[in-house]
Amino acid sequence: MAVRVQPEPFDFGAEAAAFASEATSAGAVVTFLGVVRDDSGTLARMEIEHYPGMTERALATIAAEATARWRLLDALVIHRHGALLPGEAIMMVATAARHRAEAFAAAEFLMDYLKSRAPFWKKEFGADGAAWVAAKDSDEDALTRW
Amino acid sequence: MRLDVLYFAWVRERIGLPKEQVETEAVTVADLVAELMLREERYAAAFADITALRVALDQELAEFSAPLAGVREVAFFPPMTGG
Repeated sequence: MAVRVQPEPFDFGAEAAAFASEATSAGAVVTFLGVVRDDSGTLARMEIEHYPGMTERALATIAAEATARWRLLDALVIHRHGALLPGEAIMMVATAARHRAEAFAAAEFLMDYLKSRAPFWKKEFGADGAAWVAAKDSDEDALTRW
Repeated sequence: MRLDVLYFAWVRERIGLPKEQVETEAVTVADLVAELMLREERYAAAFADITALRVALDQELAEFSAPLAGVREVAFFPPMTGG
């Protein structure tokens, strides 16, 4: 299990390949890549702030819970902070399990929890100025299914 | 007691600093918030709607009713938007 919080870009393909090759007894590897979206067509950049220390702890706690609950063979979370451009990768998760149902469920659980339990905040900078991204009620509601 | 108080995202911007040390006898987080709000308008503005805020005590999410005894670090921030 690994958690990385970093400003630098990461190579999704290389990370996924390395993760899969190390999970030798897994029958299923699921990966998710989160990308900076520009719905309005006017997004210049996004800045992600985080709480150093708590971020790593929260992600490790969430990853450990997923690992225990779905008996994962391995889990990986990479989340960037700092300035990102539209189309850039923000974060990825990878899960390895014996069967796909566990790998998919654990990946969704990780995504749901890190959206509203890991201390990251997104700010969008566009043509009309800057604004903090508001949390959605649906993100909080998503936790109730687990 | 002396607490490190941290602010993130728009709470940090509204108060105008990321971190400060606060000397307080507040029993709960809510007591600390009430004390801070009395300081200056920028604190009152940041804490005006407590339902829009979250708090962490020593880097664990907590309730505003939680006691501060033994706590060293308090952080205030809006709901998180990771992922």
